[in-house]
Amino acid sequence: MPPPPPVPLVAYLTLSAILFVLGVAGFLIRKNLITMFMSIELMLNAVNLSFVSFSYHLKQTDGHLFTFFVMVVAAAEAAVGLAIILTVFKNRATLMVDEVDSLKL
Amino acid sequence: MPTTPLEVYFPVLVQALLGVGLALGLVGASSLLGKKLKNKIKDSPYECGMAPQGSAEERFSVKFYLVAMLFILFDIEAVFLYPWVVVYKDLGMIAFVEMAIFVILILSGFFYIWKKGVLDWSQISRIQRK
Amino acid sequence: MPANFAFPTEAEYIRFLPETILILMGTLIMVLEGFAGDGHRKGTHKVALFGLFLAMAAACYAGSNPGPAFSDFLLVDGFGTFFRMLVLTVGILAVLCSPSYLSRERADSGEYYALILYSLVGQCILATANELIMVFIGLEISSIATYVLAGYLRDDKRNNESAIKYFLLGSFATAFLLYGVAWIYGLTGSTNLAVIRQYLQTSATADPALVGLAAGLMFVGFAFKVSAAPFQAWTPDVYQGAPAPVTAFMSAGPKAAAFAVFIRVYITAFDGIAETWLPVVWVSALATMVIGNFAALTQTNIKRVLAYSSIAHAGYVLVAVAAHSQIGTAAAMFYLASYVFMNIGAFALISHLSRQGERYVQVNDLAGLSQRQPVTAALFAIFLLSLIGVPLTGGFFGKFYIFKAALDSQLYWLTVLGLLNSAVAAYYYLRIIVVMYFHEPGHATESLEEPAAGIRVASLVAALAVVVLGVAPSLLLNVASRSSAIGR
Repeated sequence: MPPPPPVPLVAYLTLSAILFVLGVAGFLIRKNLITMFMSIELMLNAVNLSFVSFSYHLKQTDGHLFTFFVMVVAAAEAAVGLAIILTVFKNRATLMVDEVDSLKL
Repeated sequence: MPTTPLEVYFPVLVQALLGVGLALGLVGASSLLGKKLKNKIKDSPYECGMAPQGSAEERFSVKFYLVAMLFILFDIEAVFLYPWVVVYKDLGMIAFVEMAIFVILILSGFFYIWKKGVLDWSQISRIQRK
Repeated sequence: MPANFAFPTEAEYIRFLPETILILMGTLIMVLEGFAGDGHRKGTHKVALFGLFLAMAAACYAGSNPGPAFSDFLLVDGFGTFFRMLVLTVGILAVLCSPSYLSRERADSGEYYALILYSLVGQCILATANELIMVFIGLEISSIATYVLAGYLRDDKRNNESAIKYFLLGSFATAFLLYGVAWIYGLTGSTNLAVIRQYLQTSATADPALVGLAAGLMFVGFAFKVSAAPFQAWTPDVYQGAPAPVTAFMSAGPKAAAFAVFIRVYITAFDGIAETWLPVVWVSALATMVIGNFAALTQTNIKRVLAYSSIAHAGYVLVAVAAHSQIGTAAAMFYLASYVFMNIGAFALISHLSRQGERYVQVNDLAGLSQRQPVTAALFAIFLLSLIGVPLTGGFFGKFYIFKAALDSQLYWLTVLGLLNSAVAAYYYLRIIVVMYFHEPGHATESLEEPAAGIRVASLVAALAVVVLGVAPSLLLNVASRSSAIGR
């Protein structure tokens, strides 16, 4: 039996775009700091999917390597971001972004 | 012979439908055929036969967070070791030196958190008591 | 072994030397911090300063032998060396004004200086990045360290808020940038700026609309980092909430580095599709100037006034980018250099004037400063005059060169509107000078002690630089014109 025809590149890119838009929508709609942060992670992983599928399509390894770097950066961002969210919670006892608003005119 | 993507992935579709159907069927059958019992013990979550205690939304100590975060960081740094291992034989000494520098930098981070007492849980509780 | 792989040569390691030094010194500070008890923390800023001067020397040395490094991932040329020196200068000035602030807030610690060094690593990489993934990594190294710095006093509510806003919006924008990078990679098959440039100029296979879309996604990320409209909304809150020396640092260093890489990517890689992104830059430049200047008019908090002013200044630099010429690039470089000095000088003085807990940050708290501390008032006035763009200051020649470059590229409307904007801007800067010189000293200025040595040195150096750039601009402009030939 011959190998099955591959899933077309467009399918991966569409999935990646859908995930990215979901991340953007989540960031803009949700008010909880942790959920907003999770939306950003979703966006980064959607980009990773694009990188990997482009890399596979172009028959290069560069794109695969880039996802490693993106993953590492995302982990560093998670460490710093969750720590910042933690200090916000400690000082204000809330995670709602609307209530973090003391810097105004 | 399967040629179009639809034909090739037809078995996957069948399996997905079977899986969903089986799950729905079993849950549906038990709710249709089973006896309805409602009391306090029946409503409580099943926890290996032990009586569940307290609320699930308990706040955890920040120590757990720190350890989890450190785990993720070191875990992710290790990702660079895999491509390095694959080409190590071809690159030889220079790859060894470069990875040694990388690992030393990571280890100095480890040294820092160690000296700061993050890994020493008894010390954290001592600071908190002060 | 891959066919196109070559071991890095000695010269390539030397081209990466400034970053190496900064990483090692930063890590050294962290390790020392691990050993030191509470009493030994006061000396760490000296280690940081030593590392910064060493890195500067290394950047000079690396610049003397320009060329690519590490399979073309970095390109050390005149442009890169110029911005490396600029961000390292920012680092030195920021470190100078920090010790007194930190001990005043009882937050002496080595991590602060280590974070500044790490952030500068990212900015140096940005200055020399020749590859879109390096751009992303440099941007993130610089930003992640700055997120922590913005929330450095972790028990201070304003610091928390500043950090969380900076972090969330910054990561959000970087994700857009990364998505753009992924699409450019997929469409052109490379992330190297020179290869992308060649591909876009010669090949017709890439869909211009898709490439334009990818360039647009990347513009979101860059516009956020340089606080250009419509992605400037975070700037006032973040600058107001962060500790004053950190604001000094992040309004200068990361911004200059982000502009460096923005100019390099768009002038080098996306040169072939300039007609798609130039109108976007044109509109963004105008919107940034207008929003920054008009919003600053009603502010009463000095940090917010300067935050909006920094938005407006990003708009002026964007005018130079919109000129899309070598003169424009040189003008942007000159402007960023003079902007960095006047801004960091102003924020250094604010970190002195604000007192413990940053209680005195209203414009009216400066009333009668000229009678109590004439030198401080005079220095602050120099920075404000330069921000206006009064002759004999660096700000004047910066604006002059930018609008000249814009006129050379036939951007008449943008020039006229930009000049009108500068006139509006004069109002809110002059208001501060009037309060300092013509109002009776209030309770805030009565209790003001002498500025600390570090702040005095930092503000004097910055003021000197502003005046030198205003009297003998050709010193720097010649360097800038020579180094502005990127991508050609």
